[in-house]
Amino acid sequence: MSGATGVPGSLVGASVGRREDGPLVRGKGRFLDDLGVPGCLHVAFLRSPVAHAAIGVPDLTEAAAMPGVVAVYTAADLAPLLPGGDRLAVALPSSAIAFALDRPILASGETVYVGEPVVMIVAESRAAAEDAADAVWLDFDPLPVAADPVTALEEGAAPAHSGLPHNRLAEFGFDYGDCDAAFAAAAHRVTGTFTVDRGGSHSMEGRGVLARTDALTGRLEVWSSTQTPHALKKSLCTLFEREDAAVSVQAPDLGGGFGPKLVTYPEEIAVAAAAVDLGCPVKWVEDRREHFTSTTQEREQHWSMEMALDEDGAILGLRGSMVHDHGAWTARGLNVPYASGMMLPLIYRVPAYDLKIAVAVTNKTPVTPVRGAGQPQATFVMERLMDRAAEACGLDRAEIRLRNLVAPEEMPCAKELKLRSGRPVMLDSGDYPGTQKSAMAATGWHGFAARRAAALAEGRRLGIGMANYIEGTGRGPYETVTVRILRSGRIHVATGAAAMGQGLATALAQIVADHLGRDPALVDFSLGDTAEPYGFGGFNSRQTVVAGASADAAAKVVRTRVLRVAAHLLEVDEDELEIDGGLVRQRNGNRSIDFARLAREAEGLPGYDLPGIETPGLMATERVVIDDMAYSNGCCVAEVEVDAETGLVRIGTLHLSHDCGRMVNPAMVDGQILGGLAHGLGNALYEKMVYDDEAQPLSVTFADYLLVTSAEMPEADILHRETYSPLNALGVKGVGESGVIPVAAAVASAIENALSDLGVRVDFAPVSPQALRARIVAAGQRGQANGQEQGAQS
Amino acid sequence: MTETIAKTEISFTVNGRPRTVTVEPRKTLADTLREDCGLTGTHVGCEHGVCGACTVLVDGKAVRSCLMFGAQADGAEIRTVEGLAEGEALAPLQEAFIRNHALQCGFCTPGFLMLITGALDENPDIRDEELTEILSSNLCRCTGYRNIIRAAIETAETLRRSRGAA
Amino acid sequence: MKPAPFAYHKPQSLDEALALLSEGAEEGALILAGGQSLVPMMALRVAYPPALIDINGIAGLDAVEVSGTRVRLGATVRHAAFHDPGFLPEPLGPMLHAVAENIAHYPIRQRGTFCGSLAHADPSSEWCLVASVLDAEIELRSAGGERRLRPADYFEGPMMTLREPDEMLVGVTLARPAPGTCWGFYEFNRRAGDFALGMALVLYEIEDGVIANARLGLGGIEEHPRRIATAEAVLNGRAPDEAVFAEAAEAAMAEVEPMSDATTSADYRRDLAGTVLRRALAAASRRTTHEAA
Repeated sequence: MSGATGVPGSLVGASVGRREDGPLVRGKGRFLDDLGVPGCLHVAFLRSPVAHAAIGVPDLTEAAAMPGVVAVYTAADLAPLLPGGDRLAVALPSSAIAFALDRPILASGETVYVGEPVVMIVAESRAAAEDAADAVWLDFDPLPVAADPVTALEEGAAPAHSGLPHNRLAEFGFDYGDCDAAFAAAAHRVTGTFTVDRGGSHSMEGRGVLARTDALTGRLEVWSSTQTPHALKKSLCTLFEREDAAVSVQAPDLGGGFGPKLVTYPEEIAVAAAAVDLGCPVKWVEDRREHFTSTTQEREQHWSMEMALDEDGAILGLRGSMVHDHGAWTARGLNVPYASGMMLPLIYRVPAYDLKIAVAVTNKTPVTPVRGAGQPQATFVMERLMDRAAEACGLDRAEIRLRNLVAPEEMPCAKELKLRSGRPVMLDSGDYPGTQKSAMAATGWHGFAARRAAALAEGRRLGIGMANYIEGTGRGPYETVTVRILRSGRIHVATGAAAMGQGLATALAQIVADHLGRDPALVDFSLGDTAEPYGFGGFNSRQTVVAGASADAAAKVVRTRVLRVAAHLLEVDEDELEIDGGLVRQRNGNRSIDFARLAREAEGLPGYDLPGIETPGLMATERVVIDDMAYSNGCCVAEVEVDAETGLVRIGTLHLSHDCGRMVNPAMVDGQILGGLAHGLGNALYEKMVYDDEAQPLSVTFADYLLVTSAEMPEADILHRETYSPLNALGVKGVGESGVIPVAAAVASAIENALSDLGVRVDFAPVSPQALRARIVAAGQRGQANGQEQGAQS
Repeated sequence: MTETIAKTEISFTVNGRPRTVTVEPRKTLADTLREDCGLTGTHVGCEHGVCGACTVLVDGKAVRSCLMFGAQADGAEIRTVEGLAEGEALAPLQEAFIRNHALQCGFCTPGFLMLITGALDENPDIRDEELTEILSSNLCRCTGYRNIIRAAIETAETLRRSRGAA
Repeated sequence: MKPAPFAYHKPQSLDEALALLSEGAEEGALILAGGQSLVPMMALRVAYPPALIDINGIAGLDAVEVSGTRVRLGATVRHAAFHDPGFLPEPLGPMLHAVAENIAHYPIRQRGTFCGSLAHADPSSEWCLVASVLDAEIELRSAGGERRLRPADYFEGPMMTLREPDEMLVGVTLARPAPGTCWGFYEFNRRAGDFALGMALVLYEIEDGVIANARLGLGGIEEHPRRIATAEAVLNGRAPDEAVFAEAAEAAMAEVEPMSDATTSADYRRDLAGTVLRRALAAASRRTTHEAA
């Protein structure tokens, strides 16, 4: 079921203008720090300046006496305010985890990463709170540090926490088929070691939280810049021992999420505790330096892999090991290394696979998903191996991929792998070779040799590279959506799904309005709504899939009810009616009735029958359960120019051919992909958290940690293919992380191609000019040495 | 550090409206606008002058309002994102941002709008390449910039055409 | 983060500013000009001056004086002044315009000042390189008097100069290169607007087909920008061609003592020193060819 989007007149498939934009371009957005509450107090945290330190009891005398300071809290002060415990036990379950590392709200006795909060100061202004933080007296006595995940796993390595026997948080793996037989029978074997470095999410708005208790009801009300209000509410209920109704959490406009805002953080609990304790509103807004050390990060992995192929270049087996940097606490679980290991062989036919994963605790900021969540690393490793396989087999890099990609006739394709739930992995749909071929056609893959030669004649080194990827989207089990027509006649959508800037409200408005008169302007939203008891929020490119499915289903039910009530009141057949905007009317006649009247009638009147319906109201709540994941796929082709004298890489062009199923809003899909590509380019060339040997972060400003700017971002050519997913009624798949996944792999491939005459290998990301220049110089010296040897022989 | 430093009274105009506020000398112009003038459209993204989310016009020049103290703006004419639209009517640049899907979360948007406004005010005949170079001043994590570049160039053309017509 | 508290002074005259500085220097009072380097350091609480003396209200400090042989820039002449290549006579105007385009970003250039860059003395500062290569005269004034230093006697190390705390950098005087001087500037950084990892500025004249009065310097490589005498010596008296430029680059690479930090090694900086110098020399020679044609 491939083809162009949608039904004529359908809103789904149209680039409907975003309803979010109007207030945002006027400066009328409502981000967390824009929420003004009279009498609000402000928080600053004293954080650990040392990666691993023994700490005593802070001397707060001077700090507490500073002008404007209202209260100062240590871990001991918070404990009585948190009857349900003062640690965040939020790890996803896994039997592979050797020991729990639930992080404390405030550290006591020991700190385990730079940036860990130790003391909370509440004052009349943020500046006053920071002054007081400077006046807290506390010795941080350095302890031995686990800075590097590989050495942290060695026998006798210093533990990242003094109480731990070792740093091996988990050892697990993936194993199917007969790898030994595959490698024994192989015509070709290629090997490689690969390193992908640590980076951050860097939403332009950091985290932030505002909490107060309602004076009338005693309810704890929290606003947080979070992707998962429900998860935060759950933690607040647990730690404060409050029932659902005694806590509310709302997410205001989010200035970006990109993964780390899906985690529940100590600061959110600490600020709420201060608000409960002091009886007045308390706010904390993360500054950029804090974001660099205390918001979760991702990506550092070290891989050592081997691939076996037959003489035609068909993959026979894949084996090796990977070390994953977990950071200092378990803030989410094993989901990132699990995703890396699971995604690695997914897009190709890999008959035998054996991967051993070791997860290392280090004295660095905790690791949880950042846009891509383990998939960019897996793609980097697999695609680097495919390039080496092409070379070993004497095949074009594109050709060897085409020979191994899962074919459309194999769909749905069962893989010998399991999701973290234990369900078997089933690729739902897609034409992977077709996607690659469309990217090749768009870039003129086969014509590149001529372009390269022409450039070389001018002294410019061009290279082209390719990477296929697959993205697991639409993580289940469900998201709740309630659609209701209000007495005003407007349509209200309440959902646990949370917006973080992607245009979720616009997409859901399109889906809902498609069934209810096709006027998206009639739809209002409560997003990330914790009044609804069951919900999850935004992560794993899931919301258009799971919330979209529930919204679609709920809107259909409401449509049925609207037509029934209207038919009853207008005394005509339902078949004769159509919905247009907020009006139900006779298709061939002049009778009509508006939503406002219908909503009021559908509520019922005391002592009267309901109008044509058995239960009251124009409302439906749906939680469509989708356990399998919908797999988006794509192929990225990058052309680069390498300045061999400096090691600098510039991107010439980026092409992405992708398939995210049916597109709800093509302009927004393009937007998601462009943003992802820019982030991917950062991972390819620029973004790296730099640490010294003591795990002290050195890149804690935007001058040191390099984000891509408009000058580095090339024009990108995006090609859409639409293979509808059979897993949901809309046929959609997620797209939020697609752009980021393949870029580092495609760019590395292109750099190697540009330097192929020198034999330079690119097995790391990001590729800094210094590192690349070192490889070029080494290759040159190698070449010279070989030349001399040959000269001596001849 | 414990001695309190007196606040100073400053007066300036913001979007044409005179304002007088009393602030600590250490308060940045960004915080002064947000906290003392209630103009929260100017966003603070890094406080070290790199991200550009806080860009405003001071006496016609696009500057980082986190790298100026409010006290330094005494007597200045300031324009912020709230001053771009005239009532309901959006400025051409704001419309171009919407038309080109040049924003997603919208947090960096006010800074980009003021940066481009400042650049086009200073040089209405600016070349596309110069404008693109100026756009590298600010950071955006959502859009990948291409749509922002399109919106800026399109607005520059619109303004040139309307000047030509006038 | 928010800056620590400080007292704010906005003097209306230079004398008033110097009096305030002499009063507060011991405790660490600082001059605030553009503030584009100082304010971020305060916001990160790396710098916490107890008092700032804002010189932006002093009339006349933004004066630019052009004489037959020299140009003097006052303390508040901003980077953005050089956005106009005609701001100063040729060849200085176009040259400083080309250099200024590499300084940070447009909004930073609207406030940052030439003299402020010299006072801050970042090893990667473009203006510090310009001052070094053009052998500028740096005017330091205190309530007690005035002295003028050459770059070689002024720069001491990364963000370190021989300016005394009670002295204000009130202006800088640059010698105007002779008409027809060839110049080339090349800066290497990872992204547009970043601090230079290496940059070179070259000026020379052509007399009877050979290079004369070569002046060149490197920035971002060593602890402060400076002229590289051995490389200049290679060039003088030779015809400008690739081989000579390569020889000069070799000489510079041998002479420099590069900095090393967590992300950039001394070896890489040395390597870059040669590359940026070759490229600046090539740019200068293209300018000759262009002008001859």
